[in-house]
Amino acid sequence: MAVLGRICLLLALVVCVYGVGASLYGVRSGRTEFSDSGRRAVYALAIVLTAAFAVLELAFLRNDFAFNTVADTSSRTTPTFYRAAAVWSSQEGSLLLWAWLLSLWSSLALFLVRRRMRDVAAYATAILLGFGGFFIALMIFYATPFATTSPAPAEGVGLDPLLRFPTMMIHPPMLYSGYTLCTIPLAFAMGALLARRVDADWIRATRRFAFAAWLFLGVGILLGARWSYSELGWGGYWGWDAVENASLMPWLTGTAFLHSLMIQEKRGMLKVWNVSLVLATGTLAIMGTFLVRSGVLNSIHAFGGATLGVPFVVLIGVLIAGSIYLVVSRRDMLRSEHRLDSMLSRESIFLANNVVLVALCFVIFWGTYFPLISEALTGNEASVGPPWFDRYTVPLALLLVLLSGIGPVIAWRRATLANARRNFVAPLLSALVVLVVLLAAGVSQKPFALAMFCCAAFVLGAVGQEFVRGTIARRAIAGEAPPVALLALVRRNRRRYGGYIVHIGIAVLFVGVAASSSFQHAVEQRLSPGSSARVGAYTLRYVRSTATVTPKNDAAHTGSTLSLGAVVDVSKHGHHVTTLRPSEGFYDSGEPAQGSVGHLIGGQAVSHISMSGGLTRDVWTAIAPDISAPALARIVTVGNRTLPADEAVVALGFLARAYLKNPPPAQFHFIVSPLVMWIWLGGLIVFGGGLIAIWPAPSAVRRRVAMRWRARSAHGLARA
Amino acid sequence: MQVVAVILALALLAVVLFVISAPLRARAGAPTDGQIDPPPEQAELEAAREAKYREIRDAELDLRTGKLSRADYESIDGTLRAEALEILDRLQALAGAKAGPAGED
Repeated sequence: MAVLGRICLLLALVVCVYGVGASLYGVRSGRTEFSDSGRRAVYALAIVLTAAFAVLELAFLRNDFAFNTVADTSSRTTPTFYRAAAVWSSQEGSLLLWAWLLSLWSSLALFLVRRRMRDVAAYATAILLGFGGFFIALMIFYATPFATTSPAPAEGVGLDPLLRFPTMMIHPPMLYSGYTLCTIPLAFAMGALLARRVDADWIRATRRFAFAAWLFLGVGILLGARWSYSELGWGGYWGWDAVENASLMPWLTGTAFLHSLMIQEKRGMLKVWNVSLVLATGTLAIMGTFLVRSGVLNSIHAFGGATLGVPFVVLIGVLIAGSIYLVVSRRDMLRSEHRLDSMLSRESIFLANNVVLVALCFVIFWGTYFPLISEALTGNEASVGPPWFDRYTVPLALLLVLLSGIGPVIAWRRATLANARRNFVAPLLSALVVLVVLLAAGVSQKPFALAMFCCAAFVLGAVGQEFVRGTIARRAIAGEAPPVALLALVRRNRRRYGGYIVHIGIAVLFVGVAASSSFQHAVEQRLSPGSSARVGAYTLRYVRSTATVTPKNDAAHTGSTLSLGAVVDVSKHGHHVTTLRPSEGFYDSGEPAQGSVGHLIGGQAVSHISMSGGLTRDVWTAIAPDISAPALARIVTVGNRTLPADEAVVALGFLARAYLKNPPPAQFHFIVSPLVMWIWLGGLIVFGGGLIAIWPAPSAVRRRVAMRWRARSAHGLARA
Repeated sequence: MQVVAVILALALLAVVLFVISAPLRARAGAPTDGQIDPPPEQAELEAAREAKYREIRDAELDLRTGKLSRADYESIDGTLRAEALEILDRLQALAGAKAGPAGED
């Protein structure tokens, strides 16, 4: 069946080449049947890549180790769920996932606009098929997912233990959906510039896809942060790792684009800015893919094998050069139709907001790429760590949150000072109350955190005021009960109130970040059973050791051979709070040279943290048992000497019993972090608000609203 | 297994050719996916009209939620409605131009 997969890739490449040619010929010659054929080439690409993906997926599910990617990333003992998701744990499989998702989202986008903007859509089709062809060519010539080995090995290597976590399996599809969705507004922007049609119709067509890209990217980023916090054993959710930053940058420029798009929609302003933002977002998405897939990075997040750096650099160079050329050569048609009416207006707040977002992106870009460029030029490894990023991003994040509270209370076009003063009373009061309470609680020693809490209170006050006033206004018109009026208000003004809910989510999220970063208590201590450590107000006592020979009892599907851990009792002021069970899994190294017993536990050890999470705080623990302690090392040595390979697993039982009977001191890492849960809750709120904002009104409702407004517009003018 | 793979590949090729060639097999010059799409200027005006209606509604909501004074609202509302009417007039002119001389009899 690998043959079928390879044929699918070749067919897909031919379809891409044909589609590019047909679309360009159709739009240049005016022969719409060729443009339509080009669009249908995208649908055909989706069909072919679905077949290719199915071939690879089946190979994983059937344990067909003749496929190199299956042998390298799966095994018979890998649980079915992880086997199904292991398709994208390798570079080859992830390239196929990227191309497949691109074909699916492109098909959807082009289907939705099939009756509009034919000239723009034809150029966009060619560009999207160009991207598809690029990734398919990478798979054909550099890293094919359908490479095979004969004879097939009897067993695979298995999935990287760090990836055996549910959110990690969903994280790549969400992130890749975000990246591929970013290319759609980019393609339509380039198409619009090529067709000389950057107008309201283009905005209407691309806005939803830009929003969807923003949503998926955001969810993907949060899932990755959750995995980092729950699995990686260092207790953090964001380390300013290059791959993390690569996904954040297009999200930031995408956020800026979604805001300034509203200004172009209403006032015909910021056209150059918007086009530049959408081109930058798409290019940053490709650059993010480059960082993860090209092999240029050696990161826990990056799974690059073969170096794909050169093709990616060429593609990125073409994108940047093409974007600059298009914007400069079309600058006449990108002139603003109006100017800002007033500095005290929502437009100017959005503009300030965009400047901050772009500045954030620039800081992160510099910190991420400068070390790579420096290393490429000088050969010396350079790095920029979290303190550098925090120094510049924290003040910008404060400004961003503050602006997200100011925007909702300022009117479009112009606001009077008197009105603005009145509208700021409630938000300022909220911030002041929070400030007083926190100062009284002694929070003054963390000024940035204090500032963030006050800004978040400001946002919640501002947005809460909007909901209250909007509900009152709705009730005045329709006489509905408050809950009904609130629902009707949100339903009739999805974009506005969905956006407000997103702002609430962002404020909640940043409160979680500020609190967990600034007020975390962390202790690393070596403990023996019965001894305790003090972490903030909590006492963590090492009650007893645990040991499991995991092939017999692997409820968590860790895939380890031996798991050593501890039972930890957590108490506060003498009262029991919770019980935690951290452990460390030991894995087979596959190296016979380590001995029949040695190799069973000689592989990469993976920490399985234990955590008690809540709305107010998380208590987090990790353990590093000392498996090299003399008593345990003796068992391994004797086992290596006396046990053949097929009986060596017996020694694991001896090791487990020895560890239970007389555990050596173990190294513990304890963390108590306040309000971490608010980060995930904030993310959920952002996601919910985004869904509301993007949800279309039923077409019948749209027609009724449009007809009503047509009549009222005319009536209003007749009255004037 | 190889035979099955080749058969499936041929079936896939047939599907691809069928999908891609459909517009080329249909009457040349006619869009194959539904109604004739509106000319660019009409599509642009329709999109601008929807955006203008949204602006009018936003301004009214800004008034009701206390972000705009009555005087500011009436000024902005008047401007927006005039802009909306201009767009409607241009749409009507386009429709009239499409109808041609027959509409004047």
